[in-house]
Amino acid sequence: MYEEYLQILFMFFKAFVVGGLICAIAQVIINITDWTAGKILVYFMLAGIALQGLGLYQYLVDFAGAGATVPICGFGYLLANGAMRGAEKGLFGAFTGALSAAAAGVSAAVIFSCIMAVIFKSKSKKN
Amino acid sequence: MTGKNRENYNKNYVAYVNSFAPKTHHFKNCLRAFLVGGFICCIGQFLRFILEIAFHLSGDELAGTVSVLLIFLGTLLTGLGVYDRIGRNAGAGSIVPITGFANSVCSPAIEFKTEGWIYGTAAKMFVVAGPIIVFGVLAGTAVGLIYLLLP
Repeated sequence: MYEEYLQILFMFFKAFVVGGLICAIAQVIINITDWTAGKILVYFMLAGIALQGLGLYQYLVDFAGAGATVPICGFGYLLANGAMRGAEKGLFGAFTGALSAAAAGVSAAVIFSCIMAVIFKSKSKKN
Repeated sequence: MTGKNRENYNKNYVAYVNSFAPKTHHFKNCLRAFLVGGFICCIGQFLRFILEIAFHLSGDELAGTVSVLLIFLGTLLTGLGVYDRIGRNAGAGSIVPITGFANSVCSPAIEFKTEGWIYGTAAKMFVVAGPIIVFGVLAGTAVGLIYLLLP
């Protein structure tokens, strides 16, 4: 029984450390190069795609769970994974796989943003 | 003033100016990014854990639902104006997780509401998310095609 709890706690710890480290790497890059948020997001997602294309990111996901899937590299991992799984079915699958894997995230972002835009007014940047 | 003298003078001046510039706390920034980023990932792990037990989700469905919920949280906090305040202190810790992606979609959507729904909200929504989707589709499809062509 104790071991089970410890395992769950360890899983959270791993997610915390891996997710935190990815963010810390991004912060180091920002400190050095003055990249903006958009650039960081694009390059980290491309890194996720490249790593999963080489088959490496899967190990990180198996190891850290949400620590690897929650950062934007996880979005890239999802795209690459979808494309590769689609490719097993043929050319059409390879063509549609990436975007259909990202459908949930993109739809959620668009729909919730529209709802929030209806509800909220823009705040002044002062506070 | 000539030659070496002038060079020294310039060096002194640069040092003098730098002494007034605000210092960037590299280590402090990284620690904050680490803590906040790790915390957001822990929320993701928590959601994963709960959904697995309560709704018996697994695989893609589980990962997708966790992303959707985190994106919802990100947009809600952006709407309430909390996320910007977190971002000011956390830096990359609030940009890199998927909630940062949600923030980058939602923030201009609310901000440009005054310019109308079509050319304001809908168009500006993809200022940051557009490049992510473009390069994501390009690179993702490239990976798929390479995977298809390789034996």
